[in-house]
Amino acid sequence: MIIIKKFKAPLILALIYLGLAIWLPFTAQRSAAVAVNYIGEMALIIPPVFILMGLLQVWIPKEKITALIGKDTGLKGMLISFFMGTIPTGPLYLAFPLAGSLLQKGARTSNIVIFLGAWAAIKVPQLIAETQFLGPSYTALRFVLTLFAVIVIGRIMEKLIIIKDLPKIE
Amino acid sequence: MVTIITIYAFLVVCLALSIWKSKEKTTQTFKLSAKALWNMAPSLLAIVGLVGLILGVLPPETISSLLGIEAGVAAPIAAAIIGSITLIPALVSFPLAGSLLDSGATVITITVFITTLLMVGTVTAPLEIKALGKKFTLLRNGLSFIAALIIAAVMGVILG
Repeated sequence: MIIIKKFKAPLILALIYLGLAIWLPFTAQRSAAVAVNYIGEMALIIPPVFILMGLLQVWIPKEKITALIGKDTGLKGMLISFFMGTIPTGPLYLAFPLAGSLLQKGARTSNIVIFLGAWAAIKVPQLIAETQFLGPSYTALRFVLTLFAVIVIGRIMEKLIIIKDLPKIE
Repeated sequence: MVTIITIYAFLVVCLALSIWKSKEKTTQTFKLSAKALWNMAPSLLAIVGLVGLILGVLPPETISSLLGIEAGVAAPIAAAIIGSITLIPALVSFPLAGSLLDSGATVITITVFITTLLMVGTVTAPLEIKALGKKFTLLRNGLSFIAALIIAAVMGVILG
């Protein structure tokens, strides 16, 4: 019963798929193909991301994170956060648990926003594809504007968020 | 593929170090990881299901017609909505945006589309809330949405 409650959302979605399969089989087929494709991608990338998060929680002491990307790390902290985000990895939603652990360990909020922003929008393989399809001037301009936006968003959020707004990790 | 290999190579090095230094701490790591994964499993499954549904209803051809030249002034608005709710891999969205630009879509429309796609995640919000809290999630997505519109406007003026 608890498990059904926990998995309520995916179960409801499964029912919607079932409904689609009956009334709109073509759409259902297309949706299922996308979903299966995604599951394949996630199955490979989820285990390492979660194990790395566990390693981070067990091995890296709070003082270390605070010293690298904490409150008083200034430009150095921003650069480290930025480069951590640009390392080629999976989709953005996999960065959330990592970002959560880093925040609990004393990372500065604005640095975590930079980390997430870089992870989402400023990745090396992504920039290569962007240059190829949209041209170098487009890519360069979007890169600069996005970087600036992410820094500003980080600063604003830091003013508005205090530690107790964060969820607790048991 | 390079991504997968890089991340696994990094993981193997880290795990080897961990086991070498302390078996107990490594066991503790796996317990923590498994627990976190179990906690997030429903959200992860829901993301997969929702992405499938949305892209099943909105295949690339439909997105193209909603963002293309025939959509007119509604195009940037459609771009903002579609970009915020869908989860299309960046490596798929760039060719799509490139072909839209070639067929007459404006710089503003495709920039709104790409930037919201990359930075705003409605489908993934439940997972973000679980990891980072409601306030963080609402602020990050809300501010990123506004930033996407500003970035698009600036790029439209400069490149348009």
